Amino acid sequence: MSTLTKQDTFQSLLDSASSSFAPIRTQAKETYLTQGLPALKEEEYKFTSIAKKLESKIQEFKSALPFAVSKEDIESVLFEGFDGDVLVFSNGKYLPELSTSPEGITVSSLSQAENTPLGSIAKPEKDAFSALNLASFSDGLFISVPKKQKVEKPILLISFNQANSGQVIQPRVWIEAGDFSEVTFIDHSISQTEDPYFVNKVVEIKGGLNSHVNYYRLQNESKNAIEVSNIHTDIFQDSRFTSVNLSLSGDMVRNNLTLNLLGSNSEGNMYGVYLLNGKTHVDNHTNVDHTIPHAESNELYKGILADQSRGVFNGKIFVRQDAQKTNAFQQNNNILLSEDAIVNTKPQLEIWADDVKCSHGCTVGQLDEEALFYLKARGIDKNTATGLLLYAFAGEVLEKIEEESFRSYAISLIQERLGSKF
Amino acid sequence: MLSIKNLHASVEGTPILRGINLEVKAGEVHAIMGPNGSGKSTLASVLAGREEYEVTEGEVIFQGKELLEMAPEDRAREGVFLAFQYPVEIPGVSSTNFLRTALNQVREYRGQEPLDAVKFLTLMKEKMKLVEIDQKLLSRSLNEGFSGGEKKRNEIFQMAMLEPTLSILDETDSGLDIDALRIVSNGVNKLKSDKTATIVVTHYQRLLDYIVPDFVHVLYKGRIVKSGTKDLALELEEKGYDWIKEEVDSATAV
Repeated sequence: MSTLTKQDTFQSLLDSASSSFAPIRTQAKETYLTQGLPALKEEEYKFTSIAKKLESKIQEFKSALPFAVSKEDIESVLFEGFDGDVLVFSNGKYLPELSTSPEGITVSSLSQAENTPLGSIAKPEKDAFSALNLASFSDGLFISVPKKQKVEKPILLISFNQANSGQVIQPRVWIEAGDFSEVTFIDHSISQTEDPYFVNKVVEIKGGLNSHVNYYRLQNESKNAIEVSNIHTDIFQDSRFTSVNLSLSGDMVRNNLTLNLLGSNSEGNMYGVYLLNGKTHVDNHTNVDHTIPHAESNELYKGILADQSRGVFNGKIFVRQDAQKTNAFQQNNNILLSEDAIVNTKPQLEIWADDVKCSHGCTVGQLDEEALFYLKARGIDKNTATGLLLYAFAGEVLEKIEEESFRSYAISLIQERLGSKF
Repeated sequence: MLSIKNLHASVEGTPILRGINLEVKAGEVHAIMGPNGSGKSTLASVLAGREEYEVTEGEVIFQGKELLEMAPEDRAREGVFLAFQYPVEIPGVSSTNFLRTALNQVREYRGQEPLDAVKFLTLMKEKMKLVEIDQKLLSRSLNEGFSGGEKKRNEIFQMAMLEPTLSILDETDSGLDIDALRIVSNGVNKLKSDKTATIVVTHYQRLLDYIVPDFVHVLYKGRIVKSGTKDLALELEEKGYDWIKEEVDSATAV
């Protein structure tokens, strides 16, 4: 039996947990200790054995303390044309002195917002890593957008990560968007060095009545970064939430994205691209819960896999008995560029209502040879032709990014990757 | 310009071309006709460099160079253009971006400066008139949702942009109504010069009323079994292919 499936792997983290949110932490700790890390054969983590990966790569199961981040560090990662607020994190700790203050929004560290009902959206009993984070996170960020506030400029969350004193980083973010508010977040993590570390991240988002929240995410960390993230969202009547997740690098990455549609006429969109090479392993587990009538969800994930990379997609859609007139769409398409690349894709629909429109589809294939020949027959070299076709494939997802500077940046990153040797 | 000598090609071990000989000079239009399955499209594909065909014997010299040694993109850059029988729909790749990429790679190969956006658009507008193609079509993804006629017109438009020396039209007439046929043929005729040559692959004589060939060749069982002038095409239209088949089959039986 692997030592890591035992509950005591993270014991020192649990023992040294901060005193904030004590009652919530105590409960989460109990939940975690009862569950333990997912075992090798556990269905939810069948293709992504985080425990095994941690065992081979992580030596110090202690919190990586915050380290000094400079203004130059921040400037070096701001992409062209970005005009918005920047919130900076060092190993998960929010650094107000290096961050800007978005106008009209409450931003503080979580320890200063002790009434926050942490764990009420990302419920600890749903996932052991989520429970572990709740029991032992150091500090995190609290964001509240007031009612009717339209935040014009995007808010960039930059996380600088580096293993120094320990190798475990546990960011935690709580976002509440008030009724009729609008806000866009861009979540970008940076590896400061190539040293291995483990990020166990939790983001809870609550979208009030008629709110519009965009959450864009760029995962382009070092080839030694191991990450599990739980992003869970509750949205209410007439609201809209859109997630666009771009995974370009890492060692092993597992994203649990959950969307609870709790009010009628709400709309949830989950989009993603994973563009992988080397031995990168990216697993997107998404979960949409239609609990009420007249809500809509759209999901589109596209994967391009080269070398020995591996992609996993699991899309759960629940349509509860009361959720009549639901529209739920899901699609996952993959292109394998090498014989050694692997994709496991699994749609999982559970429909209890009888008057709904649901569709799903997944494909795994190679580049279209006929299209490739057509481009070559017009004088375009093979690399450029391949790049054009792959970019066209991924472009459908990138178009979903409404924030212009981030969309351009994402496009340039992906084109650069597709245009080079890949 | 083009010299095909004893060309043999097969697909997955099945011989399709069994010794083609053909000389094409600048300024000429050659029509390749023949019954279904005779190897017409295979010949066009082999010349363009489609990879599923294996050339087992023979050689093709294009302007002094071994054509068969070149990658498909280099053949295009050297001046060979294949108008596809079934142009491919490519969602997500805009027609404009595709053409500009193609044209600039071709220009680079020929030692010409790349065209900037303005010059490219000017050239595009000029060539669009040739085939009466609507700008709206070109702002869409390449061939996506185009009608059959629009796809064929787009092929000739691409030909106009890339200015090839040798154009091979693979059943460009199939599926076209009379109006579209006239537009496409007009485009081809305007692009002809005494420095370029055209090979028209077709099943029917109809197209040859518009694009008048200097030579007509009949392909049967992978060989050119009869050559003549445009009158041969008219004779074929009238009598069908059976008399040629009989002639050839009885000759080989002896």
